[in-house]
Amino acid sequence: MAERVVKLPDVGEGIAEAELVEWQVKVGDLVREDAVLGAVMTDKATVEIPSPAEGRVVWLAGEVGDIIAIGSDFVRLDVDGKGEASTAAAAPAAQTASISAQKTERAARTATEPTVAPTHAAPSLQPRGTQPHRGGERPLAAPAVRLRAREAGIDLRQLHGSGPAGRITHDDLDRYLARGTTAAERYPNDAVTDVKIVGLRRRIAERMSIANTRIPHITYVEEVDVTALEDLRAKLNEQKRADRPRLTLLPFLMRAIVRAVAAQPDLNAHFDDEAGTIHQYAAVHIGIATQTGPGLVVPVVRHAEARDLFDGAAEMIRVTEAARNGTATREELTGSTITITSLGALGGLVTTPIINHPEVAIVGINRIAIRPHWDGTAFIPRKMMNLSSSFDHRVIDGFDAARFVQRIKAQLETPAMIFIDA
Amino acid sequence: MDELSCKLLVIGAGPGGYACAIRAGQLGIDTIVVEAQKPGGTCLNIGCIPSKALIHAADAYETVACAAEGKSALGISAAKPSLDFARTIAWKDDIVRRLNGGVAGLLKRAGVRSVAGRASFHDGKTVEVRMANGIQLIHAEAIVIATGALPIELPSLPFGGRVISSTEALALAEVPKRLVVVGGGYIGLELGTAFAKFGAAVTVVEAAPRILPQYDGEISEPVARRLRALGVTVLTSAKAKALAAGGAGLEVETGDGGQATLEADNILVTVGRKPATSGFGLELLDLDMDGPFIRIDDRCRTSMRGVFAIGDVTGEPMLAHRAMAQGEMVAEIIAGHRRAWDRVSIPAICFTDPEIVTVGLSPSEASRTGFSIKTDLFPFKANGRALTLDREDGFIRTVARADNHVLLGIQGVGAGIAELSAAFSLALEMGARLEDIAATIHAHPTQSEGFHEAALRSLGHAIHI
Repeated sequence: MAERVVKLPDVGEGIAEAELVEWQVKVGDLVREDAVLGAVMTDKATVEIPSPAEGRVVWLAGEVGDIIAIGSDFVRLDVDGKGEASTAAAAPAAQTASISAQKTERAARTATEPTVAPTHAAPSLQPRGTQPHRGGERPLAAPAVRLRAREAGIDLRQLHGSGPAGRITHDDLDRYLARGTTAAERYPNDAVTDVKIVGLRRRIAERMSIANTRIPHITYVEEVDVTALEDLRAKLNEQKRADRPRLTLLPFLMRAIVRAVAAQPDLNAHFDDEAGTIHQYAAVHIGIATQTGPGLVVPVVRHAEARDLFDGAAEMIRVTEAARNGTATREELTGSTITITSLGALGGLVTTPIINHPEVAIVGINRIAIRPHWDGTAFIPRKMMNLSSSFDHRVIDGFDAARFVQRIKAQLETPAMIFIDA
Repeated sequence: MDELSCKLLVIGAGPGGYACAIRAGQLGIDTIVVEAQKPGGTCLNIGCIPSKALIHAADAYETVACAAEGKSALGISAAKPSLDFARTIAWKDDIVRRLNGGVAGLLKRAGVRSVAGRASFHDGKTVEVRMANGIQLIHAEAIVIATGALPIELPSLPFGGRVISSTEALALAEVPKRLVVVGGGYIGLELGTAFAKFGAAVTVVEAAPRILPQYDGEISEPVARRLRALGVTVLTSAKAKALAAGGAGLEVETGDGGQATLEADNILVTVGRKPATSGFGLELLDLDMDGPFIRIDDRCRTSMRGVFAIGDVTGEPMLAHRAMAQGEMVAEIIAGHRRAWDRVSIPAICFTDPEIVTVGLSPSEASRTGFSIKTDLFPFKANGRALTLDREDGFIRTVARADNHVLLGIQGVGAGIAELSAAFSLALEMGARLEDIAATIHAHPTQSEGFHEAALRSLGHAIHI
């Protein structure tokens, strides 16, 4: 048995080791010359390591996630009868690129049909996502530009030159250094990946289309000072009883919505536009837009009007957890009359929520941030949060939408109002 | 036995070795260079420099001889010149001596220690040097092999007696009456032309169908024409067989299969050069080879850690300026700088008559890259300066990509155009397009206008043709 050791070649500038991120072969596989053995990741790019020879894999350097030193054994191949018992690093990129077409052709002519075929015609040590350069082509750049790039550890193949014929200038290099962007971001990539839209994603797509094509949205954004609410919430969590859930902002908002829709029942409704009827509900079933693995779902806290703060919080936690781990029942995922959407820490400054059809209102909360507030004499730091809420403008006028949001704002800014019937 | 240690040991003080050592010294690296001969290597001692000296002397002599024969178009006549060849050789030797001293001084000024002797490997970190007065052991963290190359000997024509290599040809006591040059490559033609100008009857024996077979016919033709004008006999498709009985000539098999005996006072064999890879314990290191050459990567690293190789031992083109660039790069790598070989081109010059300059890809090499190319030339016939030099032979030719006009190669043939190589190389390294050359003002009247006009012609608007 003739063994050929494939060493991990120097895949980048000045690095001593690389993380193994993928094996494309396993022990026992037959591999063709130039077939991709695996991939390693440096801090700059993922690089595929092609096989320099045809043979059977007898040993792999480690598990995915392992750190492998440059120049150490990567894969050992049994190249029985191929007469190449020598130890050799995978060929340098330029050579591989220039002769790989010929090699692939030769490999294809061999009688035995290896099980692992080359994944692409000319594998080389180029980082993924860069355009392959044609034979004899190299980045067009003056010697001084090349030297600067080399010293900065930049592969000029990752840059697009702004000069004539794509010449890379000092300015291009400056821009690249300033941005520190990666290859994948800078290179046009014409790859198209087709993903079949099925299951939950298809359902989301359909419902979003219906909501967005049928409902003329009006989105209203208001700023809310939640300093007092956050203080209250912190105190309540501090003195929390063991049988009670930790409170997030959402249970308070649910309470505020319950009180606001009591004053404006036309917002807690379904609009059946085909029948031309608005169904106003006495029950407040609050949908909680929830991100799950497969996608967005809206579990429902039923009868929020009959729940106190802690009860509402507990029920919200129960249904969102059920939705996340896929155990939510159909009942728990349907029937909401108004919806809250929140992306938590990712809440951003403003969103334009899409109404959960056939409801007529959705309340979105944005990120809480400490912002300076002018109190008449000085700027004081306050915890501020935006509410981005959308309404079905066919049945809700802007005035009513604004009034609704102001009702919520008033309660959140003076939390006592959530609990006191004024 | 004395022992020395250093960070960098350079074996061979040729252009590659001394450039590496000087640069290393500049970078503060503790460096030793070992050389058995005088510093400067083949190039300075028995190659480029002495041959250029003889070529210049031969040109000067030929100009006067031409005038004496009444062939001067310039209206100059002269008495038949005489040649004190010993003085010519002494003049050449003096140039070499001055440069030897110059290199030694530069090494010293850079703080490099020079050890005179023949090096031989103990292992990848240790070298033994046989000196005139004993043996010196040197330990080094990094070793650069810069041992150069040697003339190839033909088994049927071993060097010795009348059979000489370029080394002996540069130190002949007198101009041979009849000189046979075996091998019509650049070395044979440079020396053959020089001796023809000194008055020797020169015959060139070339196995290929034409001289300078590594160049295309368009380039070699002006040289062939000039050789004919100088009275040099060129036998192509001819093979040198053996010394004639009695040793006074060379048996050759001519292109038509016939036999001929060429009488010769000297037979100069210039059939190529081979890397100097034996005789200094290199086999102990068991380095990966690339044919007869030491295999290196783009940082001149061999297969053994800490052992580098530069210059002629690493492959073609065997040119001093390539070795120097490699040497400087290796010194910087050893100093911890990030470097790799990324040169677009290595210019090559034949100091034949006319001179040949090639930079980058020839038209056929460029075609093989898969790009569609455009190639155009401007003949010196249409160049004013060439006419005033009474040398209208030759041309400048550009090879560019058809799609974006980026220059891929530049070739030129013409008297004295070696100096234009700088312009050509710069254009390629800077990634110039034909438009860049066209938009650069080239001084009038100079031969460099040929470069400008060739680019203009490729763009479809040459002025002077």
